[in-house]
Parts: sequence; structure tokens; C-alpha cells
Amino acid sequence: MSLKGAGYIVGAWEHPTRKATDKSVTLLHAECAKGALDDAGLTKDDVDAYYCAGDAPGLGPMSMIDYMGLKVRHMDSTDVGGSSYQVAVGHALQAIATGRANVCLITLAGRPRSEGMATGTAPRAGSPAQPEMQFEYPYGPATANMYAMCAMRHMHEYGTTSEQLAWIKVAASHHAQYNPHAMLRDVVTVEDVVNSPMVASPLHRLDCCVISDGGGALIVTKPEIAKSLKRPLVKVIGVGEAAKNQAGGETELTYSAARWSGPPAWEMAGIKPSDIKYASIYDSFTITVLMQLEDLGFCEKGQGGKFVMDGNLISGVGKLPFNTDGGGLCSNHPANRGGITKIIEAVRQLRGEAHAKVQVPNCDLAIAHGTGGSLGTRHVGSTVILERE
Amino acid sequence: MAQRKIPFVGTVDTNPETKPFFDGCAAGKLVLPQCTATKKFIWYPRGISPFTLGPVEWKEVSGKGTIYTYSVMERANPPYVIAYVELAEGPKMMTNIVNCDPKDVKIGMAVSLTWIQTEDGGPQMPFFAPA
Repeated sequence: MSLKGAGYIVGAWEHPTRKATDKSVTLLHAECAKGALDDAGLTKDDVDAYYCAGDAPGLGPMSMIDYMGLKVRHMDSTDVGGSSYQVAVGHALQAIATGRANVCLITLAGRPRSEGMATGTAPRAGSPAQPEMQFEYPYGPATANMYAMCAMRHMHEYGTTSEQLAWIKVAASHHAQYNPHAMLRDVVTVEDVVNSPMVASPLHRLDCCVISDGGGALIVTKPEIAKSLKRPLVKVIGVGEAAKNQAGGETELTYSAARWSGPPAWEMAGIKPSDIKYASIYDSFTITVLMQLEDLGFCEKGQGGKFVMDGNLISGVGKLPFNTDGGGLCSNHPANRGGITKIIEAVRQLRGEAHAKVQVPNCDLAIAHGTGGSLGTRHVGSTVILERE
Repeated sequence: MAQRKIPFVGTVDTNPETKPFFDGCAAGKLVLPQCTATKKFIWYPRGISPFTLGPVEWKEVSGKGTIYTYSVMERANPPYVIAYVELAEGPKMMTNIVNCDPKDVKIGMAVSLTWIQTEDGGPQMPFFAPA
């Protein structure tokens, strides 16, 4: 059974907050749910399936379904970090296609900024029963230095430069200037990025995403419901998910799981990278974007540095407009998880509801790709391809 | 450069099947599991082969290798050099490069084993320094 077209994204809502000192994480989840339902023209009683990940407090769906007063017949809490929400879209499609769900709600929320979390630079001790923990934690693996080791090796093998990586931040900042909710709205230059303080070599402060509070939600429905609503039709035509890790010690850090999650999504969609008009690409760090662009086939492996230079990712300037909301690099990385905002901006573009200064003309095909976990140890890549019908 | 304090979580008994690794640490020997069927050494240590789901044998390795990649964590105080070292026996293991100026660290550099005691009664763990 092909899942192509089994579901449509009819609701997409991003919480405007970037600092939520006065709200709990559960309330943020629920506000996002309400926002996405209002966007779709549905109510909570229409929801019959619910999806969340590790950012949801309590025991996943059980706690959140209780808090929001939902009654569902299908649920999933696959937690693969920031790409969980691309995975959830794929799993919602499976539920719809097999008659287990009609209206699927996906939520994300968190407040690492209010909680003062040093997301990128402080190693986080997990349970010693987590199988790698005792063999990694002594060495200080934080988020930034794990991605930095990928960048260092990519530079070594392919000659990628800090200036090339900086172009990714420059493009994001060009877009963020038009987003009133973005945390960082100043347009920056390549020099600004490479002269910003080094965090974990070779990644500078401006190679890193923001730490923000907030959240988002999506509504995925079966086609009959989507066509009964008043919103533009955004059809899910491709999904893929894949996990990549140290492979028992045969670690290779110059490519991401997108190399494996992309092909099934492209095949299902029946299109190729050059057909894409707009790309939401997970941007925890500049290197994340560069590697995913290569691995999704937008350029040859190792050519990502050349591909992103000279504004090629800037809407209205380059060939591949990306993250036109400013992305995680400038706008929002709620709960330290950027997957859902990637899908939300892709939906805005396909509906023609992005900011006029960054709206891609005739935007009919878009991709929203996520990378959750750590590129330097273990992560999950998840790809969603969308079509404006 | 001041040496960072090295944390450890749990005890050497938390995951009982990894005892040969920690016994090796106590004796100053790097002991890793080797997949019985494929003869590949495995990182991180575990009691079953991720290549076959078959058995492993624990063997001492040479402690020699080269730096596959690294990053200097400049935001930490003191800064430290995290790295993957490709061991002579094959696997790449996460570690820190110590006893040198971080500015001198390069991909491909030959390194050899050294040991640092972890905090709060944890085991000594394997680290690497320029050979």
C-alpha cells in the first residue's frame, strides 16, 4: 500500500512565544493544539489520534490526552528528538491509510530558555543504563561538540570552510528580518559569523541555533475531511525515516541519516530534488543543514559548501529558498526540537501564507526534513515531502 | 592547561556484562569486545555483537590509534578536546585528547593510551595523548 496522498496537513500553528516564563509546558502543548485546530477549522472533539514525543510531560500520550480532554483511538509517542514530528506525520499517514484514524493531532512544546538550559554546551548525564552513557559521558559530549566533530571531518575530507557554513546563517538571517516573532532579526554577514566567539571548534556562536521556548502543532486528516475544510490543500506525498549511529565503531561522520530517509520519500513522491520549490532543512547548526542538503540529493556529496554560498538559500536570490521563517538558526527552536517548525513553514509556503518578502512564487512542492538526536553519535533523520494540490 | 574533572555515572556494576572492560581499566589495559564471528572489535563496549547479535570475546587492544576527528570545547572552563580515535584494531572510540596544547591537535595525528581517574570513586578511564 502506498501512503502517497493518504493524508493532508490541514492545520499548522506555531506558538508566537519565544520566552514563556508564565506558562507550563503542558499548557503550551494545549495552546498549540488549539491553534492548529482553529487553523484547520476543526475542534478537539474531531481529533481521534494523538502524537507527541519526549518533550511532552508525563507519560507521553496518556498524560497529554488527559490534560487536553481528548478521546482517541490511535496514539504514538516515538521519541527521536527533534525529528519526531516528521516521523509522527508518517505514522499518522499509516494510521489513516489503515482506517485507524481520521484526524491526527501532533504537538510539541518546551521552555528550555525559561529554564536556563545550556542546551548546546553542557553535557547531560543520562541514566547509566542507557547503553552508551558510561562510555561517552566521561568525555564531555555536549550537543555543540558532537556536531562540531562532524564539521571538522567534513572540512578535512571535502575542504568545506567556515565561510561556506556561515552562508547558511546569513541566509537564515535574511529571512528572519521579516519574522516579527524571530529571536534574532538582524541580518548578519559571513564576517559576523566567523568572527563570533568559538563555541566548539570549528563551530562559532552564530553557527548554532537559538535556545527558545515555544511550540507548534499539526493536524493531519484523511483526504475526505481535508477537502471539506476551507483551507488550501497540502497533501503529504512522501515520507521516510532512518536511524544512523556509530555502527559498532565503524563511525562515519560526514553524512547523516538523510542519506537513507530521503530515497524512500523521493520514490513515494515520484519527484526529484530539482523539483522542490522550497526546503525546510533542520538547522540545529549550520553543518546540519549542509550535510542534509548533500544527503537529500540537492547537490553532490562534498559540494554542500559550494552549494550554499553566495545566497543560494535566500528566497528571491538563490536556487533553493530554505527556512524562510528564519529557522532554528534565527527564529525558534522550541524544546530544543526544530522538526515541527520545519513542517509549519513548509505548509505556510505551500498555502502562500509565508511573509510576502520571502514567499516563493508558485510554491507547489516542498520538503521538510528533520534530524533528531546527535549527528556525532546517534540520530534519526526523517523526511516529509508536501504538495500543494 | 588544567585538566577537566572527569565525571562518571552509575558504577562499574551497573551493566554487569561490561565488567571485562572495567576490570581492564583497573589494570591499565584497554579491553574491548570482539565479535566472535566477524572478528571486528566493537565500540562502545557491550556484551553482544551489533554485527551478528552473536557472542563477543573480550580482548586487550594495543592502545595505539589516530585521530579521526575532534573538537575543542572552547566554551568550557577549562576547554577540552573531544575526539574519535580510530584504533589500530579498527573501531573508532570516543575519547579526549589530553596532555597537549589543543591548538596542536590535528586529524590523522598518532595518539596513544593514557589513563585518568574519574570523580567520586569512579573507575580510571582511557584517554589519548599525542604518541
